[in-house]
Amino acid sequence: MSIKLENVMYTYSPGTAYEIHALKNINLDIPDGQFIGIIGHTGSGKSTLIQHFNALVKPTSGTITYNGDDVWADKYDRRALRSEVGLVFQYPEHQLFENDVLSDVCFGPMNQGLSRAEAEKEARRALLQVGFKEENFSKSPFELSGGQKKRVAIAGVLAMNPKILILDEPTAGLDPKGRDDILDQIAELHKMRGITIILVSHSMEDVAKYVDRLIVMNHGEVAYDNTPKEVFKHYEELEKIGLAAPQITYIMHALKDNGLPVDADATTVAEAAESILKALKEKGGQKHA
Amino acid sequence: MGIIKALKLGFDYLKYDDDGNVESTQRAVDDVNLDIEAGEFIAILGHNGSGKSTLAKHMNALLLPSEGTLWVDNMDTASEADTWKIRQKAGMVFQNPDNQIIATVVEEDVGFGPENMGIPTADIWTRVDDALQKVGMTTYRHHSPNKLSGGQKQRVAIAGVMAMRPSCIVLDEPTAMLDPNGRKEVIKAVHELNKTENVTVILITHYMEEVIDADRVYVMDSGKVVMQGTPKEIFSRVEELKHYRLDVPQVTLLAHELKKNGLDIPDGILTTEELVSVLCR
Repeated sequence: MSIKLENVMYTYSPGTAYEIHALKNINLDIPDGQFIGIIGHTGSGKSTLIQHFNALVKPTSGTITYNGDDVWADKYDRRALRSEVGLVFQYPEHQLFENDVLSDVCFGPMNQGLSRAEAEKEARRALLQVGFKEENFSKSPFELSGGQKKRVAIAGVLAMNPKILILDEPTAGLDPKGRDDILDQIAELHKMRGITIILVSHSMEDVAKYVDRLIVMNHGEVAYDNTPKEVFKHYEELEKIGLAAPQITYIMHALKDNGLPVDADATTVAEAAESILKALKEKGGQKHA
Repeated sequence: MGIIKALKLGFDYLKYDDDGNVESTQRAVDDVNLDIEAGEFIAILGHNGSGKSTLAKHMNALLLPSEGTLWVDNMDTASEADTWKIRQKAGMVFQNPDNQIIATVVEEDVGFGPENMGIPTADIWTRVDDALQKVGMTTYRHHSPNKLSGGQKQRVAIAGVMAMRPSCIVLDEPTAMLDPNGRKEVIKAVHELNKTENVTVILITHYMEEVIDADRVYVMDSGKVVMQGTPKEIFSRVEELKHYRLDVPQVTLLAHELKKNGLDIPDGILTTEELVSVLCR
């Protein structure tokens, strides 16, 4: 059970002076249940790539299969695919439109053919799972804070019971607490529902903390596809393509260069603290010996 | 008196019912006192809804106080006669670069402000040249803005403000929509302007790393200024910042964690160099 991209190419405005090769020869296998991060600078092809995952965009060439079936085959039900592969766009709060929160979240499941009562059940479950409080269900989406709006938008996709949830920078513009809350909630969803999460992010610190697998896009190609730890070992190459490693990576390398025997591959604050304490203990031990 | 000064500033958002009567009021800025000296680099932190942007919009008279007074270069923003002068003194840059670019060619976009001010054409071009050079965008002057990256667009927006020769720039989350490189470009450009042109900078941001080189930091919560001080003073209060839904740079957080584990580390470490010198002494 997976999404598979084979030799996928995508060209904007082919045959014109504005021709841009947004994706070049992409090969990816997204098995069920992974928590995947996608990073890349603006224009690297991230957004084009994720729109291929639920057949919003048709590749110029190459094949995309979902559970073994070619999603661009003549009789393929792409509508059904889009229910299974949910996509939350960047600034999803701009897409809220109903009079109240609950109705907004009901829109997706009702489109799938559920009755209002059934849809409400799904909507309630989804809203509570993203940490949205019941007392606000009847509020207008426009009365909500930025963080609350994002939650509603995510719930709107979640209510359709997707097997794969793709989020394009879900925390852009949120304050640090709001950002952590949303990401914690997404990690929780990943655990509770066992669904695949694909998170597009500009924050190296966030992907280091949450994802198991990190795909780095550059000029329409996959530059790296590995665990965050392995990817961030290439921090010098990442900088050349407009990215960086988490700040922690730089701190650990600086400490190591200055003679403290720390694990330079640590990518989170917790890992780094542990490694530094251990290194200091060893160093202290040597002094006394 | 400083270039921007607020005394007991208060602002209410009003909600009207169908008949146009005030149904409820919401206090967005509450008893704020500020005194910002010319040439300072000020950062304002605060969670979503804390009143930062509402406060910022007072600094060029986009919003007028419900209570108290705000002066820009000794001009009371409530005095309508001075509104245009105030907007030339204090320029604003917003979050979304696509919402603030209006021309089809970079240099024309930058020239829009001074042209509106009635500056003679020859002078407009001098100002455009100057402004583009200051933000490092001269090579793109004949380009179409919509082909630029986010960081480049924001630098064009900043040049557009600079062409009006303001004494003060207010930037409301200018990097929120940018990738790491774009963020660096913009912050670097803003620091350059502050240093070389002595422009007063007021930077609103959610990125703690962008704050460490500021002269002073204000932290807002529920419309009030709840903390102020140098970045070092502010970031040494890790738990308090977390209470206000904020954060500290990763290096500061790491130092804080190590200290909690018994290491003798001073508060408010802001850079990798500082931490290295403490741990590797």
